Amino acid sequence: MTLLIAVFAAAVSTAVWYRSASARRHSVGTLCLMYWGASLMWLVDAVFEYAELREAYFTPAAADMLNDAFLGLSVVALGLVIWLGILLVRDPDSVVRKALHRGN
Amino acid sequence: MACFAVPAAEAIVATIVRKTVENKEKKFAAPSTALTADAAVQHTEKIPFSRKLRWLTNLLWGGSVLLAFEHIWHGEIVAWFPFLSAASDSEDFAAMLHEMATVGVAMALLVTAVWGVMVAVSNLLEKRAVVSTQEEQA
Repeated sequence: MTLLIAVFAAAVSTAVWYRSASARRHSVGTLCLMYWGASLMWLVDAVFEYAELREAYFTPAAADMLNDAFLGLSVVALGLVIWLGILLVRDPDSVVRKALHRGN
Repeated sequence: MACFAVPAAEAIVATIVRKTVENKEKKFAAPSTALTADAAVQHTEKIPFSRKLRWLTNLLWGGSVLLAFEHIWHGEIVAWFPFLSAASDSEDFAAMLHEMATVGVAMALLVTAVWGVMVAVSNLLEKRAVVSTQEEQA
């Protein structure tokens, strides 16, 4: 479930990156690579787990699925927070700099 | 248990290499010399290797940080020394090392292989772009 949510996040962010020049300027590429990196790592984890559990891997308990879904959404949120931090530090439109300057 | 530690270690090494390559590229970039037509074409189409290395570091850092979060979620990383719950028990410690050697190494290899494919495709596209620009000029 966590893998599935991470792959969806990676695919959606990549589609946004591809479609919008503004997204590319606002470091969405970094967000894509973060989600793809995590997806690849969880894919390896899933392969090893499948080798151990075989068909039982595809029939998890409902409580485990809910926990994994909750974890997946939290991971997506963490990725977005990291991306937001990178965006504010890089500040490609000088929004933060202007706001701070106005504050003075 | 601590499988993310292997890609995280690779991320540290890749970041150091990227910084070194970046510095070298800055040093060797001629700032004010006039470029010949051929060099200008290649200059405009070629992606610096440091930027390609950044793709790898983003993949590795992003994946490692998000996986580390998962380990915190499952109580495998703790706030007190030795920070990994498996490290306090010798049997769990052996299992952790085994997991790092198998799952962790496989993660690092897969991410690096995917990056290798990305670089190969990008090199191919760069070559095609240079050839088509040269054909337009001829």
